Amino acid sequence: MAKVTFEKDLCKGCGLCIAACPKKILSLSTDEINQKGHHPAQIDDQSKCIACAFCATMCPDCVITVEK
Amino acid sequence: MMVFEKPKALTNAPLHYCPGCTHGIIHRLVAEAIDSLDIAGRTIGVASVGCSVFAYNYFNCDMVQAAHGRAPAVATGVKRADPSKIVFTYQGDGDLASIGTAETVHSAARGENITIIFVNNAIYGMTGGQMAPTSLPGQVTQTSPYGRDVNTVGYPVRICELLATLDGTGYVERVAVNNVKNVRNAKRAIEKAFRNQVEGKGFSLIEVLSTCPTNWGKTPEGALEWLDQNMIPYYPLGVYKDKFSEEAAK
Amino acid sequence: MAEKILMKGNEALAEAAIMAGCRHYFGYPITPQTEVAAYMSRRMPKIGGTFLQAESEIAAINMVIGAAAAGKRAMTSSSSPGISLKSEGISYMAGCDLPALIVNVQRGGPGLGGIQPSQSDYFQATRGGGHGDYHLLVLAPSSVQEMADLVFKGFDLAEKYRMPCMLLADGTMGQMMEPVELSERAGESAAKPWALTGTEGKRRPNIINSLALEPQELEKWNEDRFKRYDIVRENEQMSESYRMEDAEICVVAFGIAARVSQNAVDAARAKGIRAGMLRPITLWPFPEKALKAAADQCKAFVSVELNMGQMIEDVRLAIECKRPVSLCCRTGGMIPSPDEVLSVIERAAEGGK
Repeated sequence: MAKVTFEKDLCKGCGLCIAACPKKILSLSTDEINQKGHHPAQIDDQSKCIACAFCATMCPDCVITVEK
Repeated sequence: MMVFEKPKALTNAPLHYCPGCTHGIIHRLVAEAIDSLDIAGRTIGVASVGCSVFAYNYFNCDMVQAAHGRAPAVATGVKRADPSKIVFTYQGDGDLASIGTAETVHSAARGENITIIFVNNAIYGMTGGQMAPTSLPGQVTQTSPYGRDVNTVGYPVRICELLATLDGTGYVERVAVNNVKNVRNAKRAIEKAFRNQVEGKGFSLIEVLSTCPTNWGKTPEGALEWLDQNMIPYYPLGVYKDKFSEEAAK
Repeated sequence: MAEKILMKGNEALAEAAIMAGCRHYFGYPITPQTEVAAYMSRRMPKIGGTFLQAESEIAAINMVIGAAAAGKRAMTSSSSPGISLKSEGISYMAGCDLPALIVNVQRGGPGLGGIQPSQSDYFQATRGGGHGDYHLLVLAPSSVQEMADLVFKGFDLAEKYRMPCMLLADGTMGQMMEPVELSERAGESAAKPWALTGTEGKRRPNIINSLALEPQELEKWNEDRFKRYDIVRENEQMSESYRMEDAEICVVAFGIAARVSQNAVDAARAKGIRAGMLRPITLWPFPEKALKAAADQCKAFVSVELNMGQMIEDVRLAIECKRPVSLCCRTGGMIPSPDEVLSVIERAAEGGK
């Protein structure tokens, strides 16, 4: 079972993970603001994740951990 | 099973880079190479001047901060002082290809056994987006507001091609970090540049085409696209010299 | 006791550096100090050391920074225009609290100037030379023997106080030959827990850096550094007195100017003028204590220099302008003759300027 976790407060909301995700299951939170004042990235449907780690590969801030 | 986690050779300090700036990806690739070769304990990094000036806060190894352009000379001093150490510099295009051109060219000509990570984003980021030695013809910057006019300010400098002409240069490759495929290739190249040093082979430089969404005036995703459509055609990716595999082939 | 051998000043200082444990020399050719680089290029490969001819003075000083950061005794040498180029790196060294030895065998300036002896980099050396609030230890030899002795001293002081040290010689000191006694001396090499030696996974990373964007932090760094400078000022002033016991006229001169002045003092004494000389050996810290004491005893001072009058300002400051100070100077590579110095001593003795 693939699992993607975000260290929310490091996220700068750049969205590069969202653009990289082949399953289109990532988004920027619309209601949450992190410590840095950004809308952090989040996963909308964990069950569809294939643990390809494209999101983490493109994340400039090491926000994302991927497990399988 | 862990598929992807932050490398140990990065500290926990949050990166100061702007949202979507790919410096962060390149920092991670350097750290991954250090982890993969298990050399953090004997690695000494040289930070430069520019956006990456704070690199000394981010790498989990001994670090020294060099004056603008002088990182290859400082690295030379460190390496000559103790050749058992793994010494790398992390420099931007203004630092390496403008003010530090002499230090770059001569460290390569000497075949110093060091690793240089050259981040080319075609602009001076830290000072707010001025024309760089690698700014493209026609590129609008704060100091080329009508676009870079090659008739008055000349042409961009292609560092990999330039260094490939020197006998002292060991390995130079240009990579990019604008998509997953290119990032993975960049990871391979950076690791190879460090492995060359571990094996005592000589001078390696990896030029990494990188983005500056803030000063390019693009979204982070738009910046990746601009890199792909404008920078890669002017700065083609690939290996420009690999003396070590040439030597191995002989 | 070691045998005395005839050596050029430049070669004596180079050999002394090796004896002091320096194994890393980075340089760039410039007259009149090129013998240092030539000597090092012969010796270093034989003893497992590093001699590297850099692409510029700028690169050379930055290589020194790298080797010093790695905890090694490192040095460079140059002459006036080359020292201007190195000044950026020297400022960084001061800001990073790195010890090293920088030799300036001065020639005439400004600009490309000439290649004859000079002391016209006095301001540059004693005020720091580069940007920012800092000082260098500045040592001024006046014989080939001292060219060697002050190299040992320079490395020791640099490491003790974690600051760059400049050996401020001149073309005459570099080029002239004198008998010199050289013997290996155990340096008082200080422990260097700050050095970049690799963490080996056993300690937190060491960072050598001069950047502090927080003004409070940078102010604190500077204040801490100046507390160290105060200790240097208190403990490390060095000077030599010559016939000062009953002197009324005090000549102040360093380097080759002091050799000339010594003859002038003798000539003045022969004419019945009670002249003496104070020779600063440390130019920074300036020997203020000795000068201050002399001000209580002497009625006038004469500053003898190979420049348009630079040290004279420090003489006036040290004696708090209590006595008149006359200047005897030549520049552009010219050296004052003993007679020229004597005539200024005579005028000072008569109460004129």
